[in-house]
Amino acid sequence: MAKHHVVTTVNGDPVEFLCESGETLLDVLRNQLNMTGTKEGCSTGDCGACSVTVDGRLVCSCLMLGVEAAGKKIGTIEGLASGDKLHPLQQKFLEHAALQCGVCTPGVLVAAKALLEKHPDPTETEVRYWLAGNLCRCTGYDKIIRAVMDAAKDMRSGRHAG
Amino acid sequence: MRYAAPETIEKACHLLASEQGLARVLAGGTDLLVQIKTDVLDPVLVVDIKHIAEVRSITNDAKGWHIGAAVTGAELKEHAALRAAWPGVVEAANLIGSTQVQGRATMGGNLCNGSPAADSVPALIAAGAMALIAGPNGRRELPVEDVMTGVRKLALTKGEIITGFRLPARPKHGGDAYLRFIPRTEMDIAVVGCGVALAIDDKGVCTAARMSLGAVAARPLLVADAANALVGTKVDASALDKLAAAASAACRPIDDKRGTKDFRIKVAGVLARRTAQFALDRAHGKTTQTH
Repeated sequence: MAKHHVVTTVNGDPVEFLCESGETLLDVLRNQLNMTGTKEGCSTGDCGACSVTVDGRLVCSCLMLGVEAAGKKIGTIEGLASGDKLHPLQQKFLEHAALQCGVCTPGVLVAAKALLEKHPDPTETEVRYWLAGNLCRCTGYDKIIRAVMDAAKDMRSGRHAG
Repeated sequence: MRYAAPETIEKACHLLASEQGLARVLAGGTDLLVQIKTDVLDPVLVVDIKHIAEVRSITNDAKGWHIGAAVTGAELKEHAALRAAWPGVVEAANLIGSTQVQGRATMGGNLCNGSPAADSVPALIAAGAMALIAGPNGRRELPVEDVMTGVRKLALTKGEIITGFRLPARPKHGGDAYLRFIPRTEMDIAVVGCGVALAIDDKGVCTAARMSLGAVAARPLLVADAANALVGTKVDASALDKLAAAASAACRPIDDKRGTKDFRIKVAGVLARRTAQFALDRAHGKTTQTH
């Protein structure tokens, strides 16, 4: 069966790929575009490890077909840092030791960035509910929440140019 | 599996009707893709309806609201006027899954997935919503309570699609709410769900009410007896007692890992009472948060 020719945008760059109907966006990102920052966890939309943004909207890339990306703007973890300069969220995750094994981390960062773009000054409760779909089995979440709150504070005060 | 993304309803219905093998509609995909991956379903054709303008829009006029079947939970939440008119419907849709799931999940999909525990369905039933259906033989409407006929069973014929929902305008002193019981505060499936919509007159007497229960039978139920217990009263303690008793009496639940029959029957009454109170407060013009 003929593959679909998909033209899309990933982290601002024009991208083209060929995919089967049943391939997910996650499959395409990891296996065809070699963008392995986006992780595969449960593959059923429960864990959030594969979080990306599509036209600015946070989604699980395991629950979206690659062919559906046509004409959309996809945002992945690879789009967070600019060159060697980490995004403030990434910097704060290091400072707060908000990760251990790191499998959930790209998804948490993409989700947290989407939150702060929408709500620059969230309460702790809002952060916890927004990230409820990002499961972490290592940290117990507290350090993640503290890192996001701290990054939000710095980003509001313009301390980070990112 | 083939994928098609038609730009008209007619084309989508034709594709679905003319496929000999298993065909499925793709809206948000948050149930469909999981079912395909876990081999519950193996469709030969998936028809993505998101390129059809009318299933992606929310509009309203003096008569009421049209909500496209493929509008996402996140889009419903961001629609301030809809949230003000039917807060219970929007809140129910927003209880489904995570932020990520809300970015894709739709009420059309929630209904067509055919789960007795679908959160948005009791809220739509309570609101008096009509399901708008298009098929190879034209268009028709069904009350939302008549769309599901059993677990994973729908009153749709081959080639038919739910294109959206028609909701009445919010009554002058009207309010609605949806509550569910889960053992945690988010990211779970209803053990019992309850939607209530009611209207009161200038003296505070209930003039109309509808109530629906989810996860207590093979499909979401419209419970007319329970709602009728409120009509003609000021929704006082005695009316709420009758509502709760009728809600429990209507349950035909199963025992499963989420709850026992007895628990569901008891909780249905408790939830009905609480949900009616929220709907009443909203009818009185109070701004309340259910979740």
